[in-house]
Amino acid sequence: MSGNGMKKRWISLYVENQVGVLSKISGLFSGKSYNMDSLTVGTTEDPTVSRMTIATVSDNETFEQIKKQLNRMVEVIKVIDFTDVFVRMKEILYVKVRKCTPEDKVELFQIAETFKAKVIDYGKDSLLLEFVQTATKNDAVIKLMKEEFHSIEVVRGGSVGIESISMMER
Amino acid sequence: MNRISGNKLLVKALREEGVDTIFGYPGACTIDISDELYKQDYTKVILPRQEVALVHEADAYARTTGKVGVCLVTSGPGATNLVTGLATAYYDSVPLVCFTGQVARHLIGNDAFQEVDIVGITRSITKYGVTVRNREDLGKIIKEAFYIARTGRPGPVLIDLPKDVMGELGDASYPSEVNIRGYKPNTHVHVGQLKRSIKMLQKAKRPLFLAGGGIMISGARKEFTEVAEKTNVPVITTVMGRGAIPTNHPLYIGNVGMHGAYASNMAVSECDLLFSIGTRFNDRITGKLHSFAPKAQIVHIDIDTAAISKNVQVDVPIVADAKGALEKMIEYVEACDTKDWLSKIDGWKTEHPLVMKKKPIMTPQNVLDAINRLFDEAIIVTDVGQHQMFTAQFAEITEKKQLIMSGGLGTMGYGLPGAIGAKIGNPDKPVISISGDGGMQMNIQEIATAVLEELPIISCIFNNNNLGMVRQWQKLFYGKRYSMTCLHSGAACRGKCGEVSCPPYTPDFVKLAESYGAKGIHISKKEEIESAFLEAMKSQKTPYILEFDIDPEDLVYPMIQPGGTLEDMILDC
Repeated sequence: MSGNGMKKRWISLYVENQVGVLSKISGLFSGKSYNMDSLTVGTTEDPTVSRMTIATVSDNETFEQIKKQLNRMVEVIKVIDFTDVFVRMKEILYVKVRKCTPEDKVELFQIAETFKAKVIDYGKDSLLLEFVQTATKNDAVIKLMKEEFHSIEVVRGGSVGIESISMMER
Repeated sequence: MNRISGNKLLVKALREEGVDTIFGYPGACTIDISDELYKQDYTKVILPRQEVALVHEADAYARTTGKVGVCLVTSGPGATNLVTGLATAYYDSVPLVCFTGQVARHLIGNDAFQEVDIVGITRSITKYGVTVRNREDLGKIIKEAFYIARTGRPGPVLIDLPKDVMGELGDASYPSEVNIRGYKPNTHVHVGQLKRSIKMLQKAKRPLFLAGGGIMISGARKEFTEVAEKTNVPVITTVMGRGAIPTNHPLYIGNVGMHGAYASNMAVSECDLLFSIGTRFNDRITGKLHSFAPKAQIVHIDIDTAAISKNVQVDVPIVADAKGALEKMIEYVEACDTKDWLSKIDGWKTEHPLVMKKKPIMTPQNVLDAINRLFDEAIIVTDVGQHQMFTAQFAEITEKKQLIMSGGLGTMGYGLPGAIGAKIGNPDKPVISISGDGGMQMNIQEIATAVLEELPIISCIFNNNNLGMVRQWQKLFYGKRYSMTCLHSGAACRGKCGEVSCPPYTPDFVKLAESYGAKGIHISKKEEIESAFLEAMKSQKTPYILEFDIDPEDLVYPMIQPGGTLEDMILDC
């Protein structure tokens, strides 16, 4: 089952906004040993419906199974495969950098400018940056910041995505 | 507006769903429901001795009647006792609706007395599970539960009922329609795909039907037999599909898989088209996946999209109910030229026929041959183990017979409660259960239920004093180190097996049966088999326990080594 189209994929899910649905979806992934890279969930314009974006690393066969298993759940209203369609997809990332020297701070402002991030909070020797970009770019930022600074703290939100209207890119 | 309590609405819903029988065990959280059931006479309540057996009884009732099996148990331990039975039903696609009591809403999450998160515990072994949080949702939820349980790929549904919700007054009406936006079971057949598969079938030189439990569930035995006859294509079955075509039919080869017939396993390995219906290609069927049906294109009809291409890559997938697909097939199929292929299969059948070695002492086959001879009509229920495989191999399943068992989960203890559920649903049919002495003791308390419900079931015990199937693996693959499988073993012989004499076997099944008010017969010679059955068959109200002495050295053959290929069978040792 391995080595067969192994890659990162995304699914967008419409589900009933009910108690236990999140647990059922995450339970499916753990119970069947599917990889789950990230999962985001929130309500939609219809308060009875929630929408999830799930990122998973899987091969073709496993991914087909994941979609089928999700589809057969009573609480799942719709499954959309985002892997090969044009979508807008972003992830929020906060990076707090501590123990900054004055030079570090200058560098952090340059990083913020380069990556179109915002410096959203500031202290005597610490800085808080906010990045809203693709998860892959956030991966790169975390790698860079880890190498450049001694003490960083990271929290990220997981990707949320929606189909593009006209744009042919992610 | 007429307003009634949730308890009253539940009882009303049972009536509207046509539930004339439920299996229930009471408790503090469901006492008000019990009280409502007391006040009516439409729904009969069966009181088993244990919830573990209760759910098997509802399960067998559902499998043998085609109706939804209904359970009512209390919160906490009553609910957790359902777990094994729910998983059993889930794996074998059995429609159940299980009502569990729950503590009042304000106590949920407080570790209250007899509180468990049963919906959470059973999430991965139910088709759907929900706690009713508002009285006004109760009717809709019950209606949906019955619909979800019986449609599509059937399965168990659990409804958790907080005590205060059930006491609240609310709308007295029970909905007549269901509309669930996330659940639209497939009902029609894609004729294009079906025609493509039929074309492949007509062209194939060595076509083979693989019939699974799906054919039994959809009630398509007649249609399937007609398709097989019209095409002249031979048939193999999974154990769950045994009886899809009468087992004495000339086109029937046998079961396939771990303990399948030699000719069946050879046929899978040699066929060029495997036309499978209602099976999920479980590992016990396929053996080593890479060498399963290596020369064949595979067609797969299944109601469950997720069952297709899950284990075996399929060339033509068809999502459909077996009966619907087979009805269409009857219209389109023509005879295939299978003369050479059938004679090749006959060669394999003659080379290694499926028979047990004849011995002076009684063998499992002797007992099953007697059942075949004496019963034209029967529901046969097995437990899990060697006796189950012997039954799957040797029991003739003709039109008026049905074989049920825990096939997917392999739940020991299913046999006796299974027979009780089947008999309650089919009072006019003979019901026979076959258990090992291990499985029989897992739910033996149910003899009381059978006696009190006046069920003349015939419960056979193949007593080899051992947990035979595990012992068989130990004999073949573990250097005869019989760890944990001897049912004589205990303090007196621990560490001294072979040096001291064996402690006496316990219990005495005949005496035990009598103490419950049932009849027990001990059969130690083949000459006694027929007379025992003849006596038991005459019973009108009394259950019979027939205990057969079986040699623990009788093993189930052929056998595929776990993880081995189908061609690589152990035929005898």
